[in-house]
Amino acid sequence: MRLIWDFIQNQLLGMKWLNDLVGKLLTLMGLDISNRWIASLHFFVYDVIKIVILLCVLIFIISYIQSFFPPERTKRILSRFRGLGANILAALLGTVTPFCSCSSIPLFIGFSSAGLPLSVTFSFLISSPMVDLGSLVLLTTIFGVKTGVLYVFLGLVIAVIGGTIIEHARMENQLEDIVLNAPSFDIDTPELNFRDRLDYAKTQMLETLKKVFPYILVGVGIGALIHNWIPQDWVAGILGGRNPFGVVLATIIGIPMYGDIFGTIPIAEALLAKGALLGTVLAFMMAVTTLSLPSLIMLRKAIKPKLLALFIGICILGIILIGYLFNLLQPYLI
Amino acid sequence: MTPSQNTIKNIKILGSGCTNCNRLEQATKDALSKLGIETPVEHVTDFIEIARYGVMSTPALVINDRVVSYGRVLKVDDVINMIEKIKGEHNVS
Repeated sequence: MRLIWDFIQNQLLGMKWLNDLVGKLLTLMGLDISNRWIASLHFFVYDVIKIVILLCVLIFIISYIQSFFPPERTKRILSRFRGLGANILAALLGTVTPFCSCSSIPLFIGFSSAGLPLSVTFSFLISSPMVDLGSLVLLTTIFGVKTGVLYVFLGLVIAVIGGTIIEHARMENQLEDIVLNAPSFDIDTPELNFRDRLDYAKTQMLETLKKVFPYILVGVGIGALIHNWIPQDWVAGILGGRNPFGVVLATIIGIPMYGDIFGTIPIAEALLAKGALLGTVLAFMMAVTTLSLPSLIMLRKAIKPKLLALFIGICILGIILIGYLFNLLQPYLI
Repeated sequence: MTPSQNTIKNIKILGSGCTNCNRLEQATKDALSKLGIETPVEHVTDFIEIARYGVMSTPALVINDRVVSYGRVLKVDDVINMIEKIKGEHNVS
Protein backbone atom coordinates (compact mmCIF):
# COMPACT_ATOMS: atom_id res chain seq x y z
CA MET A 1 0.00 0.00 0.00
CA ARG A 2 2.78 2.35 1.08
CA LEU A 3 4.65 1.42 -2.11
CA ILE A 4 1.68 2.17 -4.35
CA TRP A 5 1.13 5.51 -2.68
CA ASP A 6 4.79 6.46 -2.99
CA PHE A 7 4.63 5.60 -6.67
CA ILE A 8 1.56 7.81 -7.18
CA GLN A 9 3.10 10.67 -5.26
CA ASN A 10 6.60 10.57 -6.73
CA GLN A 11 6.18 9.29 -10.26
CA LEU A 12 2.59 9.99 -11.30
CA LEU A 13 2.02 13.31 -9.54
CA GLY A 14 5.58 14.44 -8.82
CA MET A 15 6.80 13.21 -12.22
CA LYS A 16 10.27 12.17 -11.09
CA TRP A 17 10.59 10.30 -14.42
CA LEU A 18 10.26 13.60 -16.26
CA ASN A 19 13.00 15.09 -14.11
CA ASP A 20 15.29 12.16 -14.98
CA LEU A 21 14.32 12.35 -18.66
CA VAL A 22 15.10 16.07 -18.95
CA GLY A 23 18.39 15.47 -17.11
CA LYS A 24 19.35 12.68 -19.53
CA LEU A 25 18.45 14.79 -22.56
CA LEU A 26 20.59 17.66 -21.30
CA THR A 27 23.49 15.28 -20.67
CA LEU A 28 23.06 13.81 -24.17
CA MET A 29 23.33 17.33 -25.55
CA GLY A 30 26.75 17.45 -23.97
CA LEU A 31 25.74 19.68 -21.07
CA ASP A 32 27.03 19.19 -17.56
CA ILE A 33 24.07 19.17 -15.21
CA SER A 34 26.24 19.80 -12.17
CA ASN A 35 26.94 23.26 -13.58
CA ARG A 36 24.73 25.84 -11.86
CA TRP A 37 23.41 27.35 -15.09
CA ILE A 38 22.57 23.98 -16.55
CA ALA A 39 20.97 22.92 -13.26
CA SER A 40 18.76 26.01 -13.40
CA LEU A 41 17.83 25.17 -16.99
CA HIS A 42 17.14 21.57 -15.97
CA PHE A 43 14.79 22.70 -13.18
CA PHE A 44 13.09 25.24 -15.45
CA VAL A 45 12.37 22.84 -18.33
CA TYR A 46 11.25 20.05 -16.02
CA ASP A 47 9.02 22.26 -13.89
CA VAL A 48 7.33 24.06 -16.80
CA ILE A 49 6.48 20.77 -18.50
CA LYS A 50 5.32 19.21 -15.22
CA ILE A 51 3.05 22.11 -14.30
CA VAL A 52 1.58 22.38 -17.80
CA ILE A 53 0.73 18.66 -17.76
CA LEU A 54 -0.77 18.91 -14.27
CA LEU A 55 -2.72 22.03 -15.23
CA CYS A 56 -4.21 20.48 -18.35
CA VAL A 57 -5.27 17.25 -16.65
CA LEU A 58 -6.55 19.00 -13.51
CA ILE A 59 -8.42 21.84 -15.18
CA PHE A 60 -10.05 19.41 -17.59
CA ILE A 61 -11.35 17.16 -14.81
CA ILE A 62 -12.29 20.07 -12.56
CA SER A 63 -14.13 21.93 -15.32
CA TYR A 64 -16.10 18.79 -16.12
CA ILE A 65 -17.23 18.63 -12.49
CA GLN A 66 -17.84 22.39 -12.40
CA SER A 67 -20.17 22.18 -15.39
CA PHE A 68 -22.67 20.61 -12.98
CA PHE A 69 -22.51 23.58 -10.62
CA PRO A 70 -22.99 26.90 -12.46
CA PRO A 71 -23.48 29.78 -9.97
CA GLU A 72 -27.12 30.03 -11.01
CA ARG A 73 -27.67 26.51 -9.71
CA THR A 74 -25.51 27.04 -6.62
CA LYS A 75 -27.71 30.02 -5.78
CA ARG A 76 -30.86 27.94 -5.99
CA ILE A 77 -29.38 25.16 -3.83
CA LEU A 78 -28.16 27.65 -1.21
CA SER A 79 -31.46 29.47 -0.94
CA ARG A 80 -33.01 26.30 0.50
CA PHE A 81 -30.72 26.29 3.55
CA ARG A 82 -30.48 28.47 6.65
CA GLY A 83 -27.98 29.10 9.43
CA LEU A 84 -24.60 27.48 9.82
CA GLY A 85 -25.55 24.68 7.44
CA ALA A 86 -25.94 27.24 4.67
CA ASN A 87 -22.48 28.64 5.42
CA ILE A 88 -20.84 25.24 5.34
CA LEU A 89 -22.61 24.38 2.11
CA ALA A 90 -21.62 27.73 0.59
CA ALA A 91 -17.98 27.10 1.47
CA LEU A 92 -18.19 23.62 -0.06
CA LEU A 93 -19.93 24.80 -3.22
CA GLY A 94 -17.32 27.55 -3.47
CA THR A 95 -14.80 24.82 -4.22
CA VAL A 96 -16.70 23.43 -7.22
CA THR A 97 -18.49 26.46 -8.67
CA PRO A 98 -16.58 28.12 -11.49
CA PHE A 99 -15.93 31.69 -10.47
CA CYS A 100 -13.65 34.44 -11.69
CA SER A 101 -13.34 37.88 -10.21
CA CYS A 102 -14.73 39.38 -13.42
CA SER A 103 -18.16 37.99 -12.55
CA SER A 104 -18.11 38.92 -8.86
CA ILE A 105 -20.62 41.73 -9.36
CA PRO A 106 -23.29 39.69 -11.16
CA LEU A 107 -22.69 36.98 -8.58
CA PHE A 108 -23.10 39.36 -5.69
CA ILE A 109 -26.26 40.80 -7.20
CA GLY A 110 -27.63 37.34 -7.90
CA PHE A 111 -26.94 35.97 -4.42
CA SER A 112 -28.18 39.05 -2.56
CA SER A 113 -31.31 39.59 -4.61
CA ALA A 114 -32.24 35.95 -4.07
CA GLY A 115 -32.36 36.73 -0.35
CA LEU A 116 -29.21 34.86 0.60
CA PRO A 117 -27.74 36.36 3.79
CA LEU A 118 -24.40 38.16 3.53
CA SER A 119 -22.74 35.46 5.63
CA VAL A 120 -23.48 32.83 3.00
CA THR A 121 -22.33 35.02 0.12
CA PHE A 122 -19.06 35.73 1.88
CA SER A 123 -18.46 32.12 2.89
CA PHE A 124 -18.69 31.45 -0.84
CA LEU A 125 -16.48 34.40 -1.78
CA ILE A 126 -13.72 33.39 0.64
CA SER A 127 -13.68 29.70 -0.18
CA SER A 128 -14.01 30.10 -3.94
CA PRO A 129 -10.53 31.47 -4.76
CA MET A 130 -8.77 29.94 -1.75
CA VAL A 131 -9.72 26.29 -1.97
CA ASP A 132 -10.59 24.16 -4.91
CA LEU A 133 -9.96 20.67 -6.16
CA GLY A 134 -6.91 21.96 -8.00
CA SER A 135 -5.21 23.17 -4.84
CA LEU A 136 -5.93 19.84 -3.13
CA VAL A 137 -4.22 17.83 -5.86
CA LEU A 138 -1.37 20.29 -6.41
CA LEU A 139 -0.51 20.53 -2.72
CA THR A 140 -0.68 16.76 -2.44
CA THR A 141 1.83 16.38 -5.27
CA ILE A 142 4.32 18.71 -3.65
CA PHE A 143 3.81 18.48 0.10
CA GLY A 144 2.01 15.20 0.55
CA VAL A 145 -1.60 14.19 1.08
CA LYS A 146 -1.82 15.20 4.76
CA THR A 147 -0.89 18.78 3.96
CA GLY A 148 -3.27 18.89 0.97
CA VAL A 149 -6.26 17.65 2.94
CA LEU A 150 -5.55 19.83 5.97
CA TYR A 151 -5.13 22.90 3.74
CA VAL A 152 -8.53 22.39 2.14
CA PHE A 153 -10.16 21.69 5.49
CA LEU A 154 -8.71 24.81 7.13
CA GLY A 155 -9.61 26.93 4.09
CA LEU A 156 -13.22 25.81 4.47
CA VAL A 157 -13.11 26.58 8.20
CA ILE A 158 -11.94 30.15 7.49
CA ALA A 159 -14.71 30.56 4.93
CA VAL A 160 -17.40 29.42 7.37
CA ILE A 161 -16.08 31.45 10.32
CA GLY A 162 -15.46 34.50 8.11
CA GLY A 163 -19.01 34.42 6.81
CA THR A 164 -20.36 34.07 10.34
CA ILE A 165 -18.34 37.04 11.60
CA ILE A 166 -19.64 39.19 8.74
CA GLU A 167 -23.19 38.12 9.62
CA HIS A 168 -22.73 39.28 13.22
CA ALA A 169 -21.10 42.55 12.19
CA ARG A 170 -24.46 43.65 10.75
CA MET A 171 -23.14 44.98 7.48
CA GLU A 172 -26.37 44.88 5.49
CA ASN A 173 -26.15 48.65 4.98
CA GLN A 174 -22.75 48.20 3.37
CA LEU A 175 -24.05 47.07 0.00
CA GLU A 176 -23.89 49.44 -2.95
CA ASP A 177 -27.14 50.56 -4.56
CA ILE A 178 -26.30 48.56 -7.64
CA VAL A 179 -26.84 45.41 -5.57
CA LEU A 180 -29.88 46.60 -3.62
CA ASN A 181 -31.85 47.77 -6.63
CA ALA A 182 -31.47 44.59 -8.60
CA PRO A 183 -34.53 42.43 -9.12
CA SER A 184 -34.37 38.70 -8.56
CA PHE A 185 -34.97 36.08 -11.22
CA ASP A 186 -34.42 32.38 -11.32
CA ILE A 187 -33.53 30.79 -14.59
CA ASP A 188 -33.42 27.23 -15.73
CA THR A 189 -30.14 25.47 -16.01
CA PRO A 190 -29.76 24.67 -19.69
CA GLU A 191 -29.43 20.96 -20.09
CA LEU A 192 -25.96 19.90 -21.09
CA ASN A 193 -25.17 16.49 -22.45
CA PHE A 194 -21.92 14.57 -22.08
CA ARG A 195 -20.46 16.10 -25.23
CA ASP A 196 -21.35 19.66 -24.12
CA ARG A 197 -19.58 19.09 -20.82
CA LEU A 198 -16.48 17.69 -22.52
CA ASP A 199 -16.53 20.70 -24.84
CA TYR A 200 -16.84 23.03 -21.88
CA ALA A 201 -13.99 21.28 -20.07
CA LYS A 202 -11.78 21.47 -23.16
CA THR A 203 -12.47 25.17 -23.70
CA GLN A 204 -11.81 25.93 -20.03
CA MET A 205 -8.58 23.97 -20.11
CA LEU A 206 -7.23 25.78 -23.18
CA GLU A 207 -8.32 29.18 -21.91
CA THR A 208 -6.82 28.65 -18.47
CA LEU A 209 -3.57 27.44 -20.02
CA LYS A 210 -3.42 30.51 -22.26
CA LYS A 211 -4.18 32.83 -19.34
CA VAL A 212 -1.91 31.19 -16.78
CA PHE A 213 1.07 30.21 -18.94
CA PRO A 214 2.94 33.51 -18.48
CA TYR A 215 2.49 33.20 -14.71
CA ILE A 216 3.88 29.68 -14.82
CA LEU A 217 6.98 30.89 -16.69
CA VAL A 218 7.52 33.70 -14.20
CA GLY A 219 6.79 31.42 -11.24
CA VAL A 220 9.13 28.67 -12.41
CA GLY A 221 11.75 31.28 -13.30
CA ILE A 222 11.68 32.63 -9.76
CA GLY A 223 11.62 29.07 -8.45
CA ALA A 224 14.73 28.17 -10.50
CA LEU A 225 16.44 31.29 -9.24
CA ILE A 226 15.72 30.42 -5.60
CA HIS A 227 16.62 26.78 -6.23
CA ASN A 228 20.10 27.37 -7.55
CA TRP A 229 21.20 30.89 -6.73
CA ILE A 230 19.77 32.15 -3.45
CA PRO A 231 21.83 31.00 -0.45
CA GLN A 232 19.99 28.64 1.89
CA ASP A 233 20.90 30.87 4.85
CA TRP A 234 18.94 33.81 3.45
CA VAL A 235 15.73 31.88 2.90
CA ALA A 236 15.99 29.95 6.15
CA GLY A 237 16.81 33.16 8.01
CA ILE A 238 13.89 35.18 6.68
CA LEU A 239 11.22 32.53 6.14
CA GLY A 240 12.48 29.73 8.34
CA GLY A 241 12.22 28.92 12.03
CA ARG A 242 14.49 31.71 13.14
CA ASN A 243 12.13 34.49 12.13
CA PRO A 244 8.90 34.49 14.18
CA PHE A 245 7.33 36.99 11.77
CA GLY A 246 7.99 34.94 8.63
CA VAL A 247 4.31 34.10 8.18
CA VAL A 248 3.22 37.72 8.50
CA LEU A 249 5.92 38.81 6.07
CA ALA A 250 5.00 36.14 3.52
CA THR A 251 1.31 37.09 3.73
CA ILE A 252 1.97 40.80 3.27
CA ILE A 253 4.24 40.17 0.27
CA GLY A 254 1.70 37.81 -1.27
CA ILE A 255 -1.43 39.95 -1.05
CA PRO A 256 -0.76 42.54 -3.79
CA MET A 257 0.54 39.84 -6.11
CA TYR A 258 -1.91 38.60 -8.65
CA GLY A 259 -1.26 35.04 -9.50
CA ASP A 260 -2.59 31.60 -9.92
CA ILE A 261 -1.91 28.58 -7.77
CA PHE A 262 -0.12 27.00 -10.74
CA GLY A 263 2.29 29.93 -10.85
CA THR A 264 2.93 30.04 -7.09
CA ILE A 265 3.56 26.32 -6.64
CA PRO A 266 7.12 26.34 -8.08
CA ILE A 267 8.06 29.27 -5.86
CA ALA A 268 6.59 27.54 -2.82
CA GLU A 269 8.39 24.32 -3.64
CA ALA A 270 11.76 26.03 -4.05
CA LEU A 271 11.36 28.06 -0.85
CA LEU A 272 10.50 24.94 1.13
CA ALA A 273 13.55 23.13 -0.25
CA LYS A 274 15.70 26.03 0.89
CA GLY A 275 14.55 25.83 4.47
CA ALA A 276 11.45 28.01 4.61
CA LEU A 277 8.78 26.70 6.95
CA LEU A 278 5.73 24.95 5.48
CA GLY A 279 3.17 27.29 7.03
CA THR A 280 5.07 30.34 5.85
CA VAL A 281 5.11 29.03 2.30
CA LEU A 282 1.42 28.12 2.39
CA ALA A 283 0.52 31.55 3.79
CA PHE A 284 2.30 33.10 0.82
CA MET A 285 0.34 30.92 -1.61
CA MET A 286 -2.98 31.62 0.05
CA ALA A 287 -2.31 35.36 0.08
CA VAL A 288 -1.47 35.40 -3.62
CA THR A 289 -4.50 33.38 -4.72
CA THR A 290 -7.16 34.71 -2.32
CA LEU A 291 -6.62 38.45 -2.30
CA SER A 292 -5.50 40.45 -5.29
CA LEU A 293 -5.90 44.04 -6.38
CA PRO A 294 -8.03 43.33 -9.48
CA SER A 295 -10.56 41.24 -7.55
CA LEU A 296 -10.74 43.78 -4.72
CA ILE A 297 -11.38 46.61 -7.18
CA MET A 298 -14.22 44.56 -8.69
CA LEU A 299 -15.67 43.77 -5.29
CA ARG A 300 -15.55 47.43 -4.30
CA LYS A 301 -18.20 48.12 -6.95
CA ALA A 302 -20.66 45.91 -5.09
CA ILE A 303 -19.80 46.61 -1.44
CA LYS A 304 -18.84 49.69 0.56
CA PRO A 305 -15.34 50.28 2.03
CA LYS A 306 -16.21 49.17 5.57
CA LEU A 307 -17.40 45.74 4.53
CA LEU A 308 -14.54 45.42 2.05
CA ALA A 309 -12.07 46.20 4.84
CA LEU A 310 -13.68 43.61 7.11
CA PHE A 311 -13.50 41.03 4.32
CA ILE A 312 -9.81 41.76 3.71
CA GLY A 313 -9.10 41.73 7.46
CA ILE A 314 -10.74 38.32 7.95
CA CYS A 315 -8.83 36.84 5.02
CA ILE A 316 -5.46 38.18 6.23
CA LEU A 317 -6.02 37.06 9.80
CA GLY A 318 -7.20 33.63 8.65
CA ILE A 319 -4.21 33.15 6.37
CA ILE A 320 -1.76 34.16 9.10
CA LEU A 321 -3.38 31.82 11.64
CA ILE A 322 -3.29 28.91 9.20
CA GLY A 323 0.33 29.71 8.44
CA TYR A 324 1.37 29.50 12.09
CA LEU A 325 -0.69 26.36 12.60
CA PHE A 326 1.08 24.63 9.70
CA ASN A 327 4.47 25.73 11.02
CA LEU A 328 3.54 24.16 14.34
CA LEU A 329 2.34 20.93 12.73
CA GLN A 330 5.11 20.70 10.12
CA PRO A 331 7.05 17.88 11.90
CA TYR A 332 3.92 15.71 11.73
CA LEU A 333 3.01 16.56 8.13
CA ILE A 334 6.12 16.24 5.99
CA MET B 1 -43.53 35.26 -46.25
CA THR B 2 -40.88 33.22 -44.42
CA PRO B 3 -41.84 32.49 -40.83
CA SER B 4 -38.21 32.61 -39.69
CA GLN B 5 -38.12 36.37 -40.14
CA ASN B 6 -40.84 36.91 -37.59
CA THR B 7 -40.36 34.26 -34.94
CA ILE B 8 -36.93 35.51 -33.82
CA LYS B 9 -37.90 38.88 -32.37
CA ASN B 10 -34.74 39.77 -30.50
CA ILE B 11 -31.30 38.41 -29.74
CA LYS B 12 -29.09 39.66 -26.92
CA ILE B 13 -25.62 38.87 -25.67
CA LEU B 14 -25.23 39.51 -21.94
CA GLY B 15 -21.70 40.20 -20.82
CA SER B 16 -19.27 42.74 -19.51
CA GLY B 17 -17.56 43.18 -22.86
CA CYS B 18 -14.93 40.56 -22.15
CA THR B 19 -13.23 38.62 -24.94
CA ASN B 20 -15.49 35.63 -24.42
CA CYS B 21 -18.56 37.85 -24.79
CA ASN B 22 -17.25 39.15 -28.11
CA ARG B 23 -16.55 35.62 -29.28
CA LEU B 24 -20.11 34.60 -28.45
CA GLU B 25 -21.41 37.66 -30.30
CA GLN B 26 -19.38 36.73 -33.37
CA ALA B 27 -20.61 33.12 -33.28
CA THR B 28 -24.19 34.35 -32.98
CA LYS B 29 -23.82 36.74 -35.90
CA ASP B 30 -22.30 33.98 -38.02
CA ALA B 31 -25.17 31.66 -37.11
CA LEU B 32 -27.77 34.29 -38.04
CA SER B 33 -26.18 35.02 -41.39
CA LYS B 34 -26.02 31.29 -42.15
CA LEU B 35 -29.73 31.02 -41.41
CA GLY B 36 -30.51 34.18 -43.37
CA ILE B 37 -32.10 35.88 -40.35
CA GLU B 38 -31.66 39.62 -40.13
CA THR B 39 -32.55 40.21 -36.48
CA PRO B 40 -29.88 42.55 -35.06
CA VAL B 41 -27.73 41.32 -32.16
CA GLU B 42 -27.79 43.51 -29.06
CA HIS B 43 -24.90 43.50 -26.60
CA VAL B 44 -26.03 44.18 -23.01
CA THR B 45 -23.21 45.26 -20.68
CA ASP B 46 -25.18 46.84 -17.83
CA PHE B 47 -24.91 44.68 -14.69
CA ILE B 48 -28.43 45.50 -13.49
CA GLU B 49 -29.83 44.58 -16.86
CA ILE B 50 -27.85 41.33 -16.84
CA ALA B 51 -29.07 40.53 -13.32
CA ARG B 52 -32.63 41.10 -14.52
CA TYR B 53 -32.24 37.91 -16.51
CA GLY B 54 -30.97 36.02 -13.45
CA VAL B 55 -27.61 35.44 -15.11
CA MET B 56 -24.49 35.29 -12.94
CA SER B 57 -21.98 33.74 -15.29
CA THR B 58 -21.30 35.58 -18.49
CA PRO B 59 -21.47 35.49 -21.44
CA ALA B 60 -25.12 34.56 -21.84
CA LEU B 61 -27.30 34.31 -24.92
CA VAL B 62 -30.89 35.56 -24.85
CA ILE B 63 -33.33 34.80 -27.66
CA ASN B 64 -36.84 36.27 -27.55
CA ASP B 65 -36.18 37.40 -23.96
CA ARG B 66 -35.41 33.88 -22.89
CA VAL B 67 -31.99 32.87 -21.54
CA VAL B 68 -30.94 29.90 -23.65
CA SER B 69 -27.31 29.62 -22.53
CA TYR B 70 -24.96 31.14 -19.97
CA GLY B 71 -21.37 30.79 -18.87
CA ARG B 72 -20.33 29.25 -22.18
CA VAL B 73 -18.96 30.46 -25.48
CA LEU B 74 -21.18 28.62 -27.93
CA LYS B 75 -20.06 27.40 -31.32
CA VAL B 76 -21.86 28.58 -34.45
CA ASP B 77 -23.60 25.20 -34.78
CA ASP B 78 -24.82 25.34 -31.17
CA VAL B 79 -26.39 28.74 -31.79
CA ILE B 80 -28.02 27.49 -35.01
CA ASN B 81 -29.53 24.55 -33.10
CA MET B 82 -30.93 26.85 -30.43
CA ILE B 83 -32.46 29.21 -32.95
CA GLU B 84 -33.96 26.29 -34.89
CA LYS B 85 -35.44 24.91 -31.66
CA ILE B 86 -37.10 28.20 -30.77
CA LYS B 87 -38.39 28.60 -34.30
CA GLY B 88 -39.79 25.06 -34.11
CA GLU B 89 -41.67 25.83 -30.90
CA HIS B 90 -43.22 28.88 -32.53
CA ASN B 91 -44.36 26.96 -35.60
CA VAL B 92 -46.15 24.38 -33.44
CA SER B 93 -48.04 26.92 -31.37
